[in-house]
Amino acid sequence: MKKIHNNRAWWLVLPVFLLVAFSALIPLMTVVNYSVQDIFGPGQTFFVGTEWFKGVLGDERLQDSLIRQFMFSGAVLLIQIPFGIGVALMMPKSGIKGSLCLILIAIPLLIPWNVVGTIWQVFARGDIGLFGWGLNELGFDYNYTGNTVDAWLTVLLMDVWHWTPLVALLCYSGLRAIPEAFYQAAEIDRASKWAVFRYIQLPRLKSVLIIAVLLRFMDSFMIYTEPFVLTGGGPGSSTTFLSQTLTTMAIKQFDLGRASAFSLIYFLIVLVISWLFFTAITQDDKEQ
Amino acid sequence: MIDWMNWTPTVVIFFAVIASILAFMTVYEIVSPCRERKGFLPIETTRGDRLFISLLSTAYIHLTFLAISDVSLWVALAVSVAWAAVLLRWG
Repeated sequence: MKKIHNNRAWWLVLPVFLLVAFSALIPLMTVVNYSVQDIFGPGQTFFVGTEWFKGVLGDERLQDSLIRQFMFSGAVLLIQIPFGIGVALMMPKSGIKGSLCLILIAIPLLIPWNVVGTIWQVFARGDIGLFGWGLNELGFDYNYTGNTVDAWLTVLLMDVWHWTPLVALLCYSGLRAIPEAFYQAAEIDRASKWAVFRYIQLPRLKSVLIIAVLLRFMDSFMIYTEPFVLTGGGPGSSTTFLSQTLTTMAIKQFDLGRASAFSLIYFLIVLVISWLFFTAITQDDKEQ
Repeated sequence: MIDWMNWTPTVVIFFAVIASILAFMTVYEIVSPCRERKGFLPIETTRGDRLFISLLSTAYIHLTFLAISDVSLWVALAVSVAWAAVLLRWG
């Protein structure tokens, strides 16, 4: 039987395509256009070629915030992924306790980002915040507005509090998808708890974990609101991450050309990393 | 046309080249559809995948040249084109 190929249904995608073109493609092209110009105002632009790119690549402030950004994203992944798996393993498997756990764990995910920042800003204060005051009373010299290490710890703790639930929920759903027969077989073999985790649960969680790592990496790589509200990027610039540096450059200093060049480099980094994850996910699907 | 939004000729040429590469590859794909295959890259790729990888590496090659040397970017372009050709043929 000869199959008739009719691709006319593709026209139905046209509205979405046009919408994406106007909301994403053309703005991106504009950014490319601005990155080769020095802009003083409407009609006052000068072509500068690759000067901004060269400047941005050699700018120590930007390099520092890029390094900080990778350190932050790395720390976020190292803490949240194992912690999330742990939480998911400990959650009740079903029944009312399971539902209650799910709801409780999901609460931080429902809070808007600037509110999370505000909550932790108050919570970590030495004079009125429970966390900061408590630490100081216990004898620790804790001050997140003055001490770099404390500021980092607070930002990390806030992110762990806010986003580990996402990893936990993803892993929980992955764990629930493992058929009971696997556990029964493991029990017959008298497999230890660790062996069950290592050879049954972890391999079965692989695709869920790739998605969790991708989501957590992208989100932490673009983080802006929470540290902006909590520490304002300080003390000094110790918690100023990439997007905050970029925003300062583009909006406060109105340095559009330089900011465009920088956001293109930012975009290229994100593109490469998302592509790597995308390839990992599709390869994983193919193997299955 | 170019005056709108302060488009500069360089950027217009840049996007025109990318658009024509995409258009050419689309026509090429319709004329002779490609199959996924494995070259020297660790993954199986289609022609489109290899084009994407070569465009992305082109961007990185240019940025590397800008960052670490004062050599003309035409050299970077030549390197990129050579690399893209290798990638598309044997990747």
